[in-house]
Amino acid sequence: MSKAITGFPAAGRSAPSIADVVAIALVIGALALLADGSRGVLGSLTALQQEPISLDPHALPGYAARTTLRMLCALLLSLAFTLTYATWAAKSERAARILLPLLDILQSVPILGFISVTVLFFLSLAPGRVLGAELAAVFAIFTSQAWNMAFSFYQSLRTVPRELNEAARGFGLSPWARFWRLEVPFAVPPMVWNMMMSMSGGWFFVVAAEAISVGRTSVALPGVGSYIAAAVAARDMHAIGWAIATMFAVILLYDQLLFRPMIAWADRFRFEQEGSARPPRSWVLDALTRSVLMNRLWRELRRWARSLTALAPRRPLAMAADVQQYSGRIDRIAASGVTLLAAAGAVEVVRFLAPEIRFADVLRVFGLGAITCLRVAVLIALASLVWVPVGVLIGIRPRLARVVQPLAQFLAAFPANLLFPVVVFSIVRWRLNPDIWLSPLMILGTQWYILFNVIAGASTIPAEMRLVSRNLGVRGWLWWARVAMPAVFPFYVTGALTASGGSWNASIVAELATWGNQRAEAVGLGSYIATATGSGDFHRVVLGIAVMSLFVIAINRTVWRPLYGLAERKYSM
Amino acid sequence: MNTPSIATTAPLLEVAGVRKTFARGEAGQLLVLDDVNLTINPGEIVGLLGRSGSGKSTLLRIISGLSRPTGGTVRFAGEPVTGAARGIAMVFQSFALFPWLTVYENVILGLEAQHLPREEIQRRADAAIELIGLAGFEAAYPRELSGGMRQRVGVARALVVQPRILLMDEPFSALDVLTAETLRTDFLELWGEGRLAIGAAILVTHNIEEAVQMCDRICVFGSNPGRILTSVPVTLPRPRNRLDPQFREFVERIYVEMTARAAPAVALRPERFPGTGIGTVLPQVSTTVLAGLIEAVAGPPFLGRADLPEIARTLQLEIDELFPAAELLQLLRLAEVEGGDIRLSEAGLTFAGADVEERKALFGKHLVNYVALAAHIRRVLEERASHRAPKSRFLDELEDYMAPEAAQQTLRAIVTLGRYAEAFLYDDEAGAFTLG
Repeated sequence: MSKAITGFPAAGRSAPSIADVVAIALVIGALALLADGSRGVLGSLTALQQEPISLDPHALPGYAARTTLRMLCALLLSLAFTLTYATWAAKSERAARILLPLLDILQSVPILGFISVTVLFFLSLAPGRVLGAELAAVFAIFTSQAWNMAFSFYQSLRTVPRELNEAARGFGLSPWARFWRLEVPFAVPPMVWNMMMSMSGGWFFVVAAEAISVGRTSVALPGVGSYIAAAVAARDMHAIGWAIATMFAVILLYDQLLFRPMIAWADRFRFEQEGSARPPRSWVLDALTRSVLMNRLWRELRRWARSLTALAPRRPLAMAADVQQYSGRIDRIAASGVTLLAAAGAVEVVRFLAPEIRFADVLRVFGLGAITCLRVAVLIALASLVWVPVGVLIGIRPRLARVVQPLAQFLAAFPANLLFPVVVFSIVRWRLNPDIWLSPLMILGTQWYILFNVIAGASTIPAEMRLVSRNLGVRGWLWWARVAMPAVFPFYVTGALTASGGSWNASIVAELATWGNQRAEAVGLGSYIATATGSGDFHRVVLGIAVMSLFVIAINRTVWRPLYGLAERKYSM
Repeated sequence: MNTPSIATTAPLLEVAGVRKTFARGEAGQLLVLDDVNLTINPGEIVGLLGRSGSGKSTLLRIISGLSRPTGGTVRFAGEPVTGAARGIAMVFQSFALFPWLTVYENVILGLEAQHLPREEIQRRADAAIELIGLAGFEAAYPRELSGGMRQRVGVARALVVQPRILLMDEPFSALDVLTAETLRTDFLELWGEGRLAIGAAILVTHNIEEAVQMCDRICVFGSNPGRILTSVPVTLPRPRNRLDPQFREFVERIYVEMTARAAPAVALRPERFPGTGIGTVLPQVSTTVLAGLIEAVAGPPFLGRADLPEIARTLQLEIDELFPAAELLQLLRLAEVEGGDIRLSEAGLTFAGADVEERKALFGKHLVNYVALAAHIRRVLEERASHRAPKSRFLDELEDYMAPEAAQQTLRAIVTLGRYAEAFLYDDEAGAFTLG
């Protein structure tokens, strides 16, 4: 009897459930976005140039979709780059000797300066087509995302627990199987975290990447970035407001639809054997895993992937032994090859710059670099003074930290251009010194790296350590000096390093701010590069980028590297 | 100088009617300590003996003023404790040393906090380091030290502030057997010679032998909610020898106390939630331990009935593992626990003699018959055409009866038991129960 009554909902279970509906909506939605976004990619560039960016808020959802798609493409590219480049570096010590420093330098090259150089190249790949400009934009976003992901993956590959590696070898897994079964899963959790960071970083460059203007060539790809650029040029305050709202919505959607599910999913790859106390949840992931239809689809995909894997060589390639034999000679050849290439590169730079640039110019650019350097240093110091204490106070309150973390992430994604109106207006209005008052724009997006790293650090202080200090009556300055600051130090160094690199980059946008036809300019390397880009003077752009890269690398080597070493030796828990 | 007679008669610490509840979202409040009364007199080492999760550590934090009781009072040297109390120092199971401070810097932290003059700090720290056997290691960082040496730093750091009460939260349980024993005897030696200059000590432990060896009095703690079941004075002369028959007899007595008073708590539980019975908090026990325990009790020399301390020693099980396993067997009617003994039931003996398939069948039958939650899950799965039900459904139901953490633990436990019995399957990826 009761069977009949309870039978109704039971029968309903095999029919499509709400989970199915949600899952289908998500998948179809993603497809529609793809179709909408790729419309017009093959169209002609002149048509695009004749169709100006509309400041009508109704156009924003469409623009947001295009921008999102661009960022996703860049993210996928970054992923592909990471899986190959970092793997190569981790597997071959010989390659690592070149690949790692190269990655370090690529990371230090100011992306914003870079864009102008690469855009012409991409435009020439697909002359007269929008595709070229799209590629340039995606590439620009890619360069803001890829490096830290590659570093994280390399780090993970190097730290795969030895017994897991030995077990995999012991059971005769081929390198290919080992890569997908062991190494990639092991690297997933830090990767997801870094992808989120990369996405935040990417937003910052969207404006520069979409509204490309080099000398006389100017392209505005439909997207949120171009919308912001157009709004700034037209001094449209309402449009700025709409852009901010749109960005907020898009970042929120990203978080809910992409990163939350990824975090919840990545939790199963954490190496700790014990389950986490409060595993991360995501309603999207729940819907996808609970949906019967999705499960079926997923199974098919897996079978397909497996048959693909089966094609890969099962045995380690026999080549390895042969290579060993000639190892010494190959090393020498490789070393001399690299030296030759480097020399050729240096000669090329000098040959390119020599006709236009005099020694005095170089000196002047170094002087400008020193000014920007001073600015970065002061700003990082100020930001540290503010955000380290705040971060600690938030970090030791887990509930507060859970609220503030995503907020800081949003703020990190906030492009400085959106604050130009306020800053330029104030500078003109009160005749402020732009050398000082434009500076805050440089750290606007990057200071948050300090904040959320410190929060992360403070939340790892073990409860018992805090109990001890209370039990011993450690309070006030003594508590900061002996407990809080040492505990967050390694995290702070990571945050400050990222913030400083980012600030150099941002100086190119921040030292030269415009609002309609009003402009405010600060003396520095950033405005030098920005001005040179605006007038299409490539010699000066290259000189500026080279000098800025040198500054960043020099600071990394003399300041951050040693601090990292100290943090690892003394302050790691 | 105060007269010793007055100093020894006035209690150093009085805990009266202490209750502690934690707010737990919608499920309301979780009672972790209920009506705890405890008096500590000068010169005593008092043991708080109980399983992990019984609220002993919470009580310790309340005594030290690091956590406020929901009800009741704590008086230290006659004064109510309202904040972190000076004169009460703590030693932690995980040592809780600061990795970026040297041994010396770790030790002086409490003295720096009191803003003492440098010379005074130096003098007292040197004395404590010398006393605890850390001389020569002053400049070392904790990571360079072995576990035993780290805990010595933990003890020195607590002693150097000259506390009147030393609180030790399972100070030896993170150490290997030999190191723990050395540290215990060193401590007792210094204590016996009166060189520690502390008024009294409270030792939290789940190791019965450790409690008998070290304490003047043992308070047996019960769980859910945490409360003191009984207080047993240890009258054995010092120094105590573990192999001494009197010592063994005492250990046995404590086992009897603990099983006699703790066991009914589980058996009675279903009646507290009439109708369903799914409100029983199930302990997390490995099925290997369950089967191993049955086999050991069935085999020689026990032949179906064993003394708990003896079986604990034979199987090298801490009471933290032994008691939950024994209680679960009792819940499954495979064994009975009484008077410090465990006795296999008819079914338990059958289980011991059966092969794998028979064991699973028998275990599954008892699981569904006697564990209400297992029966409930089976019923729901059978009623549904898809034979599938999400974990969240049962979790929500459990949270009507218990704290979220306890609900999670209970569900994990039932998954383990159900998988072993093949009564139902659980797909972790989808978070769903299914019928096999």
